Amino acid sequence: MTDQSSIKLPEASRRRFLQGAGATSLGLVVGFHWLPRTALAQAKAAGEPQMMNAFIRIAPDNTVTVLSKHLEMGQGVYTGLSTIVAEELDADWSQMRAEGAPADAKTYANLAFGMQGTGGSTAIANSYDQLRKAGATARAMLVAAAAEQWKVPAQDITVSKGVVSHAGSGRKASFGQLAAKAATMTPPAEVPLKDPAKFVYIGKKVARIDSRAKGNGTAQYTIDVKLPGMLTALLQRAPQFGATVKSFDAGKAKAVPGVVDVVQISNGVAVVAKNFWSAKLGREALTVEWDDAAAEKRGSDQILAEYKELAKKPGLPARKEGNVDEAFAKAAKIIEASYDFPYLAHAPMEPLDVVVKLDTQGADIRGCEIWAGDQFQTPDQMNAARVLGLKPEQVKINTLFAGGSFGRRATTMSDYIVEGAEIAKAIGAKEGTRGAPVKLMWTREDDIQGGRYRPMYHHVLKAGVDAQGNITAWQHRIVGQSIIAGTPFEQVMVKDGIDATSVEGAANLPYAIPNMSVELHTTRTGVTVLWWRSVGSTHTAFATEVFLDEIAAATGQDPVALRRKLLTRHPRHLGVLNLAAEKAGWGKPLPAGRLRGIAVHESFSSYVAEVAEVSLKPDGSWKVEKIVAAVDCGQPINPDIIRAQVESGIGFGLSATIKPGISLSNGTVEQSNFHDYEVLRIHEMPQVEVHIVPSREKPTGIGEPGTPPVAPAVANALMSGTKQVYRALPLPATATKSA
Amino acid sequence: MAIKFTLNGKPVSLDVDPDMPLLWAVRDEIGLTGSKFGCGMAQCGACTMHVEGQPVRACSTPLSAIEGQKVTTIEGLGGKVAQAVQAAWVKHEVAQCGYCQSGQIMSAVALLSDNKKPSDAEIDEAMQGNICRCATYVRIRAAIHDAAKTVRA
Repeated sequence: MTDQSSIKLPEASRRRFLQGAGATSLGLVVGFHWLPRTALAQAKAAGEPQMMNAFIRIAPDNTVTVLSKHLEMGQGVYTGLSTIVAEELDADWSQMRAEGAPADAKTYANLAFGMQGTGGSTAIANSYDQLRKAGATARAMLVAAAAEQWKVPAQDITVSKGVVSHAGSGRKASFGQLAAKAATMTPPAEVPLKDPAKFVYIGKKVARIDSRAKGNGTAQYTIDVKLPGMLTALLQRAPQFGATVKSFDAGKAKAVPGVVDVVQISNGVAVVAKNFWSAKLGREALTVEWDDAAAEKRGSDQILAEYKELAKKPGLPARKEGNVDEAFAKAAKIIEASYDFPYLAHAPMEPLDVVVKLDTQGADIRGCEIWAGDQFQTPDQMNAARVLGLKPEQVKINTLFAGGSFGRRATTMSDYIVEGAEIAKAIGAKEGTRGAPVKLMWTREDDIQGGRYRPMYHHVLKAGVDAQGNITAWQHRIVGQSIIAGTPFEQVMVKDGIDATSVEGAANLPYAIPNMSVELHTTRTGVTVLWWRSVGSTHTAFATEVFLDEIAAATGQDPVALRRKLLTRHPRHLGVLNLAAEKAGWGKPLPAGRLRGIAVHESFSSYVAEVAEVSLKPDGSWKVEKIVAAVDCGQPINPDIIRAQVESGIGFGLSATIKPGISLSNGTVEQSNFHDYEVLRIHEMPQVEVHIVPSREKPTGIGEPGTPPVAPAVANALMSGTKQVYRALPLPATATKSA
Repeated sequence: MAIKFTLNGKPVSLDVDPDMPLLWAVRDEIGLTGSKFGCGMAQCGACTMHVEGQPVRACSTPLSAIEGQKVTTIEGLGGKVAQAVQAAWVKHEVAQCGYCQSGQIMSAVALLSDNKKPSDAEIDEAMQGNICRCATYVRIRAAIHDAAKTVRA
């Protein structure tokens, strides 16, 4: 076993906390686990695919399959991880395949989390060293097998594009031909890794491994799983957060043809049927009476009003340097602003779904198999086991493609998995449906109204500026719910009352300002909340970057020049700022009716600057025409996927820039589907240009960091041309000044 | 009474609730799962199929409405336009999560079957009903222009 726990991870506070989370609360050992030799020996029957190690399987047909410990939800991780393996293995790209690894935290832990799971843009960062080593080790085993078979020295053997060769004897073999013997070779304790200058795949474009299946309808998602005797369930959840079932009448639901059963579980009443349509009609016929004694009954306007009141008082300190009060007293000018952010639903295109199959003997549950676009395998395994009275290792999870997530499938309480397990258990307790697999589906309405939103936030900022326009003091007060409170991560990710995810992007503001105070008020509401693509940076980037432009405007400074002045000690921020400004032609005149704005932000240890070009018509209507982005995510693995993720992050962020969020009235969500919870459509998508900073730094994430800068860049563009301020998301549809 | 129609060139007869949407008849009863469920109210386009060559939202089309008609799903796509579109989708690496892409491709094929040289505005018009939360729209546009070139060649 090789100890990989010394892998140095990027500095982001969230990740450090998460590392701590693994070590303490979940008690898992982080390491690089090879399969035991006995398992290898058992697997080596001729004609069988061979596990070279926990991550690489080579089949007689010469395919190399990478077992991805990370969920493929669109971010290209199957391709990225396979690229790292192929590089060190010297495989041919056409022979590479990928599939989801089984749930097994000992072997497949995210080294940044200490448990198996995907998120925080960590997949490449935490896998890079691990998979390079796995690839190089498997290569060494193939070479050792060839050396023994051909009776030649290993050092005379070369490997290129999936072919193992010995020049002296002219012998050649494919990986598939050597795999059975190679699997019996002792893995070397130390293997040399390639000189990055010799990379043939890393940093180059390789074809996405999943493109073809996703273009012909054959890619398998959870919704596509069909098992013999499988039933479909829809769950009626409470209309208000925190309400519970008082009573229900299943009579009419059970009369719907195809409805098999109606069962109550902890989170509502499930209608179980032979197909989706029957389950849907059954659920519509169901009558449930709710107990709203403990329910959240406030509207979002009222909650926001309470946040504004709270912001008048100091919060808990998240960062404190110098003395802001003294500096404000001495300042030549004080600038103040507040910013508001609504609740946001993730709305992945594939609504949440899970298939659960119990292994029963009589009334006893012996085991469980789950199919899901599973993002948090370790908590999901533990929570399903708890519901079913099993040990976690008795819960097998098959991780399939997820039709998007944006954070939604990663919950420590495993909401949809637990619902599926409880329904399977309830119907499994009955003779007629014992052992029947069940697919729980959420409809779009369930998804939009089901909570776990990006929390609503209110920010208040205050800056002191001296006579020369230097910012001398910066006070930033943040009010909103904690994502981490009440989860197993709380004890390590909430320090002295500060949830790191509430203040990330604000507490680590890079600008050189001598007196700085960042404060947090953590609120409680009944509305459930969760991380949403780029988490805290979804609101902190907007508040800080728009406020900085307000300061620039108030002091007559160019937004780029001001940032350059404040970032002299942050070369990577500066690098992307300068690159984006240069590529967008910052400072050069624009055609009439065109405006430019910029924002720069680091999230998940990747640095992104974006310049938005906005067209503004005389009637005040406006459109984002183009975004020029510069990104520094360390060593690029696949530049085309980096570009794709930045395009995607921009589109996702722009959606929340121009479309309203989730609102509540009397505790009830007012939106229900894409007609009233609108998302970005093709005619609203700008041109996107992505420039990647060449780097040999450790690779960092790119799934999320493209999102935060877009909204402030757009707001700053509008501000530059309308002399108005933009202090809430979504931005107004027309930029004309209201009376 | 059974409802008869043609699915991907083959005759089909289904004895189910005539109000059952075409999407669920094809997915649950026939077992073709390439067409996806995204909203259930013709808002997102993930379920798009062709009925008599025209793109329809199968999640909101009752089975009774397609009696006797020809239905094509992503699994039954064929011909020059479809091949050009699917090849362009791979070439431009359009798909990310991929869930909406069957619907996107069905809409794109319908567009290019009618219009061999669509402008950006015409692409936006034809594709506006198909949501992609991964926002692959830049590449969808590029792939359609590229496929159009292939179709014209």
